[in-house]
Amino acid sequence: MTKSSEELEHTSEGTASDRALASRRHGLIDRVLGRSGPGGEAVNRLLQDRTYEGSQELADRGRQSRPQLQRELGSVLRLPEGASADFADVDLEVPTDETMILNLGPSHPSTHGVLRIMVELEGETVLRSKPVIGYLHTGMEKTGEELMYHQGSTNVTRMDYLSPFFNELTFSLTVEKLLGVEVPPRATWIRMLLCELNRISSHMLWLATNGADIGAINMLVYGWREREVVLQFFEKVTGLRMNHNFIRPGGVAADLPDGWRDDVIALCDMTSRRMDEYDDLLTGQPILQGRLQNVGPLTADEAVSLGLTGPLLRSTGIPRDLRRDEPYLAYDEVDFDVIVGEVGDCWDRFAIRFNEIRESIRICRQVCDRMPSGDFRTQDKKVTPPPRNRIDESMEALIHHFKLYTEGFRVPPGEAYVPVETPRGEGGCYIVSDGTSRPYRLHMRAASFANLQGLPPMARGALIADTIAIVSTIDPVLGDVDR
Amino acid sequence: MSDADQARPAAHDEAGEGGATAPPGAVAVLEDVHGCPMVDSLGSRVVHTDRARYHALLEGLRGDGYDLFVGLTGVDYLTHPGRALPAGVGPERFEVVVELWRIRDRRRLRVRCQVPGDDPWVPTLFDLWAGAEAHERETYDMFGIRFEGHPDPSRILMPEDWEGHPLRKDYPTGHVPVQFKESPDRR
Repeated sequence: MTKSSEELEHTSEGTASDRALASRRHGLIDRVLGRSGPGGEAVNRLLQDRTYEGSQELADRGRQSRPQLQRELGSVLRLPEGASADFADVDLEVPTDETMILNLGPSHPSTHGVLRIMVELEGETVLRSKPVIGYLHTGMEKTGEELMYHQGSTNVTRMDYLSPFFNELTFSLTVEKLLGVEVPPRATWIRMLLCELNRISSHMLWLATNGADIGAINMLVYGWREREVVLQFFEKVTGLRMNHNFIRPGGVAADLPDGWRDDVIALCDMTSRRMDEYDDLLTGQPILQGRLQNVGPLTADEAVSLGLTGPLLRSTGIPRDLRRDEPYLAYDEVDFDVIVGEVGDCWDRFAIRFNEIRESIRICRQVCDRMPSGDFRTQDKKVTPPPRNRIDESMEALIHHFKLYTEGFRVPPGEAYVPVETPRGEGGCYIVSDGTSRPYRLHMRAASFANLQGLPPMARGALIADTIAIVSTIDPVLGDVDR
Repeated sequence: MSDADQARPAAHDEAGEGGATAPPGAVAVLEDVHGCPMVDSLGSRVVHTDRARYHALLEGLRGDGYDLFVGLTGVDYLTHPGRALPAGVGPERFEVVVELWRIRDRRRLRVRCQVPGDDPWVPTLFDLWAGAEAHERETYDMFGIRFEGHPDPSRILMPEDWEGHPLRKDYPTGHVPVQFKESPDRR
């Protein structure tokens, strides 16, 4: 303590060159903090202008003409003009100083990433809200045009980082459709096993963060714990906990390790037992019910009109599950139920995700019983490289391997879109091919991106605390929203 | 719409072997949907249209019961060697691709609309499906295709003052200076 104060005194009484340095530093700090410094106000304004990102705010309601207001309401509430232009709902006489514009985010723990929501509040009631996105946009679709098809899955797996297998799956299915390649049954069933386990881990993380958002903090610990068990199995199979790059065009990267069946059965037994515990812990709890029931209700018409999919759409009573409606992989050979809600509120969305974990466990058990033997990737030489031991003994195999990894495989011209049911809704991949080894255009239909449009109608008239619960039950993954 | 026949995965071989030299207009038309040709694309049903018939076609499809708006995106065909289109649809630089789903009988339909490159705009679908809002903003942001009548035609993923539209094929890649300036207009 005394030593440091001595040092401080020493520097303050230092040499002339020290003092000059210190004053230069202080000048810089002053300017950065906007205090009056060398250069004065002009410099401050210049610095602020350069770093100012521009106003992204709700427009001033009082000064707008009627058609402008109509458009603006439509844009903010994401409802058709006929529905949004109900002036009985909007109190035009509210002076703007009685409402408050509040920014939630972009870095708020309950926004599940870098989601920014602008809310207009009257007291604690949300009048309007608007999600502002793009903070995590990294141009992955543009990157996808630069990468060859066998590199593409390592790009797309990073989009929805909580369900990476689904990104890889939809990409691989689309490429296979363009190629016209048949995938062996074992690869299909391995994909199905991994996707259902991924659905469990994704919904477990959702249970955890939803618990944290609405005050059931102990669920946060339990949810992360259960997810970790699934991720340990993923690490055993793929080598990585997330962003696996395991499902690739033509099959999967490797066969399942020895003892996988015991691991999966143990995981299913444990998870289903613990799901009963969490049922006891959460479902009957009056506080949780109070926080979720009749909060953020959405009608079926609104959900369909907004293009929502997944648990959000099913909570309104529309039983749309692509695993059943447009069976891909081998979902038409396994037995499972589509969980559907009735009211469309947060409670229904909670119950749907909760019970979908149980259905996924059911599918995993069936996969364990019926996993076929055989190849784990297609034997089409155009897509699959020769095995490692062939490279050691055959020059042709070495050349073939080299060409496949330097030039890639060519995909016939055409366009294809293949959707899958991700934990968040319909995730699809649209690829336009020009006959080269790189996609001409790669578009990922992100479920979170479309589902986020449901926030303003759900949050309208809710309390600010309910908005947190609503964002939580939409379950957006911002990597998927922004891509 | 009386589209009872299953879509056939037939076009793959012709399109696949032809490569870059596949002549446009070689695609067989399966059916006529509201005055626009429907073709088969690897087992999917795709309706081709141009800007003049775009909104009327989508309005007709909305009336046919395609109630779920799955997605909308754009494609820039500037450097594409040539694509197979049905007769009566001339190729343009941009395409707007719309994916629809009918809940009643679980059918899927894709619409591809040709948009000229010199003045890229199409009418908005916000009046038919409110869910088109974010997808159209994203397509505007990435391709610069304007959606006339859209309630909030602004950028959604890129910063508001960004210059250029990144997913266009003539957008330079490799080195892009990071730019943050004051926004010229208030949203």
